[in-house]
Amino acid sequence: MPSLWISNARVIDPASGRDEVGNLYIDDGKIVSSLSAAAKKRAKKIDARGLIACPGLVDIHVHFREPGQTHKETIATGSQAAAAGGFTSVVCMPNTSPVADTAGTIQYINDAIRRDAVVKIYPTGCITVGMKGQALAPIGSLKRAGVVAITDDGECVQNNELMRRAAEYAKMFDLPVMDHCQDASMTQGAVMNEGIMSIRLGLRGWPNAAEDVIVSRNVILSTYTGAHIHMQHVSSKNSVEILRRAKSRGVNVTAEATPHHIALTDAKLANYDPNFKMNPPLRTEADRQEIIAGLRDGTLDCISTDHAPHTDYEKDKEFDFAPNGILGLETSLAITLQVLVRENKFKLAYVIDLMTRKPADIVKLEAGTLTEGAAGDVCLFDPDEEWVYNSKKGFSKSSNSPWHGETLKGLVKTTIVDGRIVYVGGKIK
Amino acid sequence: MPWTRKHLITLEELSLTEIEQIHTTAAAFKKVLLSGVRKLPALRGKTVVNLFLEPSTRTRMAFDMAAKRLSADVISFDAASSSTTKGETLRDTAQNIEALNADMIVIRHAASGSPLYLSKILGIPVINAGDGAHEHPTQGLLDTFTMKEHLGPLKGHKIVILGDILFSRVARSNIYALTKMGADVTLVGPSTLVPHGFTELGVKVSHDLKSALADAEVVMLLRIQHERQASSHFPSLGEYTSMFGLNKTRASWLNPKAIIMHPGPINRGVEIDSELADGERSVILEQVTNGIAVRMAALYLCSGGQPENATATD
Repeated sequence: MPSLWISNARVIDPASGRDEVGNLYIDDGKIVSSLSAAAKKRAKKIDARGLIACPGLVDIHVHFREPGQTHKETIATGSQAAAAGGFTSVVCMPNTSPVADTAGTIQYINDAIRRDAVVKIYPTGCITVGMKGQALAPIGSLKRAGVVAITDDGECVQNNELMRRAAEYAKMFDLPVMDHCQDASMTQGAVMNEGIMSIRLGLRGWPNAAEDVIVSRNVILSTYTGAHIHMQHVSSKNSVEILRRAKSRGVNVTAEATPHHIALTDAKLANYDPNFKMNPPLRTEADRQEIIAGLRDGTLDCISTDHAPHTDYEKDKEFDFAPNGILGLETSLAITLQVLVRENKFKLAYVIDLMTRKPADIVKLEAGTLTEGAAGDVCLFDPDEEWVYNSKKGFSKSSNSPWHGETLKGLVKTTIVDGRIVYVGGKIK
Repeated sequence: MPWTRKHLITLEELSLTEIEQIHTTAAAFKKVLLSGVRKLPALRGKTVVNLFLEPSTRTRMAFDMAAKRLSADVISFDAASSSTTKGETLRDTAQNIEALNADMIVIRHAASGSPLYLSKILGIPVINAGDGAHEHPTQGLLDTFTMKEHLGPLKGHKIVILGDILFSRVARSNIYALTKMGADVTLVGPSTLVPHGFTELGVKVSHDLKSALADAEVVMLLRIQHERQASSHFPSLGEYTSMFGLNKTRASWLNPKAIIMHPGPINRGVEIDSELADGERSVILEQVTNGIAVRMAALYLCSGGQPENATATD
């Protein structure tokens, strides 16, 4: 594999504080501070004038549907969508079919990753057997098989005793417990945020209080056990405030926000378009603003997409019957730059941190930095280039995106994994 | 102004003029029916499909009757007897119906938004006969038509809607029509079924029956469903009746000329005393009769007919 010499890029590495126009070298798959004259001669040169070079993006919340739902996405197509979005490390959720609640299933997933993936994919395992919320999954075996966290994503653990034991037990293995915070008793039949829009549309509402109850519960359990509990896709403004206070007391909790919750509100549901249906649902402008405030002050630690592919024929239904979830990987960077950098004046380096080192730290991945010796995982993007997103022509096997047909600003040009170019010029290599 | 809509999906999107056009057209049809004419030729040769994917008695019979009065051929389609029970999607069902050369679809569906969905994928007019808790436009039109027959123009009139507002498509359609017509609307019921958020639709919300009913000229009752008890929206039907059921004493708080309405089906002894439902102030069966004329107007206008200019009921 030739060395890589990326020149003239604005290199931004939040972990080391580097932010300058200059060179970035990769040798033998690792970031190096320089190349010998001879190595420079042999190196593959990339003139990245006008581009940002940052650590490959990290997403700790994606659904790649393999095994069992490969009509929606596969590890191959999901990893390609990741590469096209500038991601080099992603963490996939265990709600496959069967769910990933045994070491055998994790091994199956890891085999598929080794065979098919163009980026690094890390599996998670279930908290409970069958994701049914009744008995602990074999968390130790899952850890040995290679999971980086446990979660029943999509099915919040309702039983407080079980959640307490899961947190306590997982702590022994230094595994974060990721929770989809939703009190199921308060959201029976709910398909959207509860508020004026659910009143107008006559759809069953899911109050943000149902998220707040579980976020509070998790803060209490983390305080009690010391275990690391990570709140997935926070959508409620009160949850942000609960987490802000918990963090100020040093509670071992982290949290993520999605591009859609910072960009969109439930006002988008006026036409019952299922491409705006996900769980947790789009909420109000006040919630959206507080999520952004939470990202700004560090209450929320990172951006993750909750990339959730579904086929057209599955999504094309009455709103009540359409499945939850939207694509995210191929639009995440552009949407996040738009909302946080351009509209809310976040510093670019800080936003990159939210998409690289900070999510990597939550699940302790060796990723998210360009410091010497780190993996040669790089994203090269043009922050100002406009492009029209056609979800039907994307790399994901599905096309369920609310941004289909929209002009987005900020385009990934090249994605490099361990020093190997995996995506360039709109194509997977 | 000519009628230009092909579909009737919501009253939220209708203008006051359009609501009045349906009313005047309905009044003309009602007059013709009362004169003894049983059939008009307006939709001769056209096929109207009643796609009822949720149980209904009144609405379905009224649409059936309305289409037949206009000389249309009518096909009725039940969820129970159709391939939807075999897992066929709504899109496939609807496209099949269109492929059979139907000229119009009337749809009743438990999922809010499904008539809008159909209107986007089909080339033929779609009439909403009730979608989930969203809207029931022809019910809102027949209710306001009935109120106008009794009160004249509704501007400034005090109208109370009492019961399960949260889950009611009838309430929503009435709210949109009544606020456009300038009525003074108050929603009443337990706070769990009449959330404060409804005030954003331009109506008042009250949980005090006595002050709300004081001098009201219309009280419209909505059916209280047993399921709401299971979902903790109120403790028991008995408690509901004791707090919000309309009985003789409470009816005496109303304006002396007030009318009592109910879209049906009635739970006698729950939301309304049996005696009141059958009493002289009750217009419940008039609503049903007017439902035919209003649905004739909806079918006629959406199939390309033009409104009557007369203002018989104004």
